[in-house]
Amino acid sequence: MTRSLIYSLSFHAVMILLTVLSLPFMIRQPVDLPPIISVELIQISDKTNILFAPKARKVIEKVKEEEKRVVSEQAPPAAKAKEKPDRIPLPKEQEEKKELIEKKQNPEEIKPEIRQASEFEKKEIIDTNQIAALIDKAKEESAKVEKSEKKLTQSSVKNSFASGLTLSEEDALRAQIFGCWTVPLGLPYDDDLLVRIKLELKQDGTISKSEILDHERMNKPGQKFYKILAESALRAVRICQPLRVPQTGYKKWKNIQLNFNPTEMLKG
Amino acid sequence: MKKIFYILTIFLFKFNIAYSLIEVDITRGNLDPLPIAVSPLHVDPQSDNYKDVKIKELGELISSVVEKNFKSTGLFNPLNKDAFVQKPDIAHLKPRFEDWSLITAQVLVTGKLLIKDEKLKIEFRLWDVAANKEMIALAFTTTPSNWRRVAHIISDKIYERLTGETGYFDTRIIYVSETGPRTQRVKKLAIMDQDGENTKYLTLGNELVLTPRFNPTNQLVTYLSYFRNLPRVYLLDIETGIQEVVGNFPGMTFAPRFSPDGKKIIMSFAKNGNSDIYTMDLESRLVEKITEDSSIDTSPSYSPEGKYIVFNSDRSGLQQIYTMKSDGSGVKRISFGDGLYGTPVWSPRGDLIAFTKVKGGKFYIGVMRSDGSGERLLTENFYQEAPSWSPNGRLLVFYRETKSGKNGEGFTAKLWSIDITGYNEKELKTETDASDPSWSSLLSK
Repeated sequence: MTRSLIYSLSFHAVMILLTVLSLPFMIRQPVDLPPIISVELIQISDKTNILFAPKARKVIEKVKEEEKRVVSEQAPPAAKAKEKPDRIPLPKEQEEKKELIEKKQNPEEIKPEIRQASEFEKKEIIDTNQIAALIDKAKEESAKVEKSEKKLTQSSVKNSFASGLTLSEEDALRAQIFGCWTVPLGLPYDDDLLVRIKLELKQDGTISKSEILDHERMNKPGQKFYKILAESALRAVRICQPLRVPQTGYKKWKNIQLNFNPTEMLKG
Repeated sequence: MKKIFYILTIFLFKFNIAYSLIEVDITRGNLDPLPIAVSPLHVDPQSDNYKDVKIKELGELISSVVEKNFKSTGLFNPLNKDAFVQKPDIAHLKPRFEDWSLITAQVLVTGKLLIKDEKLKIEFRLWDVAANKEMIALAFTTTPSNWRRVAHIISDKIYERLTGETGYFDTRIIYVSETGPRTQRVKKLAIMDQDGENTKYLTLGNELVLTPRFNPTNQLVTYLSYFRNLPRVYLLDIETGIQEVVGNFPGMTFAPRFSPDGKKIIMSFAKNGNSDIYTMDLESRLVEKITEDSSIDTSPSYSPEGKYIVFNSDRSGLQQIYTMKSDGSGVKRISFGDGLYGTPVWSPRGDLIAFTKVKGGKFYIGVMRSDGSGERLLTENFYQEAPSWSPNGRLLVFYRETKSGKNGEGFTAKLWSIDITGYNEKELKTETDASDPSWSSLLSK
């Protein structure tokens, strides 16, 4: 009796010890959290929607031209033309040449008049009034975009840090599904229509298991729009496979959840 | 003992390695038409002959009507039949989905038909090619001459299953057919299927007819006709052809329209030089005045549940759109844009009001929400007006006149339809020139 009690107690003690050791929060040292840096996430499109784009383009072109000029002064092509490739240079000559090249590449060695010229150009190019105008417009134009994309970016941030899937990997996956998903246009835009599909993926990105998380809603009366949306989402996922998944970290993305929400799109 | 200890240790550590679930939000998709394969219906070889119905071709004919319906929506892309790998004679069984996904079909329609004892029996199935499963399967029995309607009903069922909204293919459009030179137009009432087939003329053209409107509950039509230069409101039963005069009304009478329950008609007419809105009970023939204003109130239209009325009035100086309760109280102006607004019609879904807008010498067909917000102009032209909703509230049909010369040459009036998104604008083929269209409700409910 006593023997079995000792066994039991010691075994329980071992179990408690193991649990304590294995639970990460019990042994984890407090981490020195770095200060939070707020990052503004802006979706980058091919074309700018800033009204001042033509003006800005002119300014950029001007800057580019000036940069070109400065670069050509730093390394004039005329020097190369004087070289005689047929003749093997003497060791002294080679050393001199090296020095010359090093001098040209060293920014400290740029002639003062060139630097002055570039600063003068800068003053001419960067008109503070113009910048103010550009920023003002940019604020106006981008405000709406930011608002509408808020949900998307939040989830992206959450996922990329929590799961290890990078933003570009997630974007690639999202872009692939965008192309496969034909949104049923008869859906009402004011209904709560969010379809969540949980996928179990194989290593090559094909789907081994798919599950609609609120599948019981599909057969409820008055939920025909939900059913249609869920079917279209499932169709999209199946057509899209193999999904664009990373080459590595299979265990991280083996299980993935896709949240299909066409509300913003249907609102137009 | 040791073994148990090791197993438990491994077990405990294994549970510690877990990854949080990756969630990806999909908020955009493509708006490309859905690729659909409509396989010709398989004709049962035991079918009897029936009058002038070409039985062998019937399977092809029905599938081509279905295809044409889908193509006209702009939401579907019927795939070329030449690319089909499976033949119709086996397609009424469970299809080989890989053959259909090979040609990028996302959904597939198959079916078979049999004519026996002067009855046509049609079965059809809709398949989800990606999911390898059946989405809907239905069968219809009718007289063989009704095959075109069955094709429309099949289209409606598939449309509803795939988009979530009711279809509009098994419907008809009534309009005023116009022939002759512009100065001497002969106007007749005409009716056709929504795809332009089966045109029938309901009046002879001796009298001027205007503004035919369908009863939303059945196949009854009300219209305005001038008899000895006096406007009369008529009721016409399309099935029986029986016509009756609802009443003679003094002065200018405009656009009679049914209430949603079909028991009343609402219209405007001028009394003592002032145009107001009236309703008439079709059973008791009692006339009730709804608006009491010194301005010109015209073009009334009920909301689908019958609680509100939209109309246009110049009480603010310019012709604008107003709403009020069905008893005439609570008048509220809802249009505030530049230009003149007219012919407002409430959508059968209740969310939108279609209208004609005149601005800068051009005519626009547009929609706005029932509170006046979200005005969108869908189409612009030299002259167009009189929008009428499809029964599902997705499309508008209206008529458009093309520019004519000084002597009236080159003048045409045609029916056009447009999606509420502003896409898929197209002309509806009519035998003659046409104006004042009105779209019926679904024939098969």
